[in-house]
Amino acid sequence: MPTIDAIEHDSNKLAADGSEFSTLDASPNSLSVVLMLAWREWIRFFRQRNRVIGALGQPILFWLLFGTGMHAAFRGGDQNFMTFYLPGTVALILLFTAIFTTISIIEDRREGFLQSVLVAPVSRWTIAAGKIIGGAAIAWLQACIFLGLAVGTRSIPLDGALFGALVLMAISALSLTALGVFFAWPMESTQGFHAIMNLVLMPLWLLSGAFFPIPQPGAESPIGQWVMHWIMRCNPLSYTIGGLRTMMSVESTSSQFWSPSLLASWLVSLLFLGVTLVAAWWMVLRPAKGDLK
Amino acid sequence: MNSNQATISPAVEVDAVSHRYGAHEALRGLSLSIEPGEVFALLGPNGSGKTTLFRLISTLARVQSGRVSVFGNSVATATAQVRRSLGIVFQSPSLDGKLTVLENIRCQAALYGLTGSAMSTRIDEVASQIGIADRLQSKVEDLSGGLKRRVELAKGILHRPRLLLMDEPSTGLDPASRLDVWHAIKELQQVSGVTVLFTTHLLEEADKADRIAILHQGSTVAVGRPRDLRQELGEQVLTISSSAQNIVLAWLVEKGVQAQTVDEQIRVVGAQAVNLVAPLATEFGAQIQSITLGQPSLEDVFIARTGHRFWLVENRNNSEPKKRSRR
Repeated sequence: MPTIDAIEHDSNKLAADGSEFSTLDASPNSLSVVLMLAWREWIRFFRQRNRVIGALGQPILFWLLFGTGMHAAFRGGDQNFMTFYLPGTVALILLFTAIFTTISIIEDRREGFLQSVLVAPVSRWTIAAGKIIGGAAIAWLQACIFLGLAVGTRSIPLDGALFGALVLMAISALSLTALGVFFAWPMESTQGFHAIMNLVLMPLWLLSGAFFPIPQPGAESPIGQWVMHWIMRCNPLSYTIGGLRTMMSVESTSSQFWSPSLLASWLVSLLFLGVTLVAAWWMVLRPAKGDLK
Repeated sequence: MNSNQATISPAVEVDAVSHRYGAHEALRGLSLSIEPGEVFALLGPNGSGKTTLFRLISTLARVQSGRVSVFGNSVATATAQVRRSLGIVFQSPSLDGKLTVLENIRCQAALYGLTGSAMSTRIDEVASQIGIADRLQSKVEDLSGGLKRRVELAKGILHRPRLLLMDEPSTGLDPASRLDVWHAIKELQQVSGVTVLFTTHLLEEADKADRIAILHQGSTVAVGRPRDLRQELGEQVLTISSSAQNIVLAWLVEKGVQAQTVDEQIRVVGAQAVNLVAPLATEFGAQIQSITLGQPSLEDVFIARTGHRFWLVENRNNSEPKKRSRR
């Protein structure tokens, strides 16, 4: 046990020789931390080739297979299924990539990386923001590549409205990634996250008018049609798909189906983004069991 | 924190800290003080509470009862200041295997506010100091366990912390790598004067610290310099394992020797121990399975304070079902 004199001597030496003994004492800049965490997501994603192939390849495969297979059975008014399904494929790419990106939260926890971030002098919201921005940027880029392919193959026309579609895709990428963060943060296993994905995220996509049109029931329609109509109408993703459909110039003119107005699409998509960001922020601020692992 | 505080505050002060995980009491009114510049070990078997204490000091878990401060700053109320003064090396690796060593260290730099040329200069310094300068471009997943530990250490000291916390720094390392990491820690202390606090369940590792605290069932059972603690026990310790334990014990008592049975071993502590070796061998011969005479070790200190052998407690705790960690 050092004597008091010895301790004071050592401590004085500490103070006098601050460059050697004390912290560099630079307060971390929140924006730098967010960008660093986002950059890390980017690097991790593109260094795992199977993730890139899975997130982009599967929706394209679905588009080709379903588009061809469902062609004869589809009754979408004036459209064929490949055209109808195109905005849904964009949403699927955004959803899949958001899921894969946010699964990395569970991996970060398991591999210990998250623990080292949690004890750093940074706010927890920066962790969520880094994940969301990084994941959403990856999702958006992949969706853009698909959109480029669609324009290249003349599946959709190249016009100015596509710029709006790109913005709406970015909003959707951010909200889906934030939703993924909300679900993934308290999870301890990727299996648990897959269960949530099957229970919540896939139905969210399936009931958005991405895969089949939203029915517009009439007075004599069965109750099931009404229920389906309102479930799909209350789904925020329906508005993103509806907006994309309009801006990609692939909307149906059939009165059998319901689709939101462009204004409603923008407003609901922005509202959904706000809600998911707040939800993710709230979840990240809560201590999770896995923090101590 | 003002300069006076910096002069007189202990590096770590733990005052009457208790912590529970549900019904399980991990820490029971534990108090401890660590002085600046020390290399201090928290020694205890698994389940003794050292990792819980580590989590409290590292701000990872919330203090439920009592007070924990680092250089005069409470971990509960001045968390940001405390975090800035800490460098932490966790038991489980915290590196991203998909990134290179340099990329991992850059992530750490951003978390502690290091950017630009200051960051680059500091990374070069630390990489040289820790001996990883030639591996900065290697992917972490391609490194050996010892090198990964070094990178963890580099991350921990990057922002020149005043207190380096290490949870089981030798876990998963071969003996050569353990020695390697230990040399790096000692050099760090000598060169930069950083206070080092580490947890360990390895007696020989704790022996290298300036001071240690031995933890058992959430309390400290001994605090001091390893040599002082050992010397408190006397000069010699005789340990006897025998198939006729009761007969040997009765014989020793009959001779007026103060003997103690600890977890199926008979122990005699003190100067008289050396004179008993030959008579025991003559009297009991083949009934003696082993007889050892030596200087007291930290395990002897643990036995003297708890009445149990260190490794038996360790193994017993390991075989118990793990309690769920909760805040």
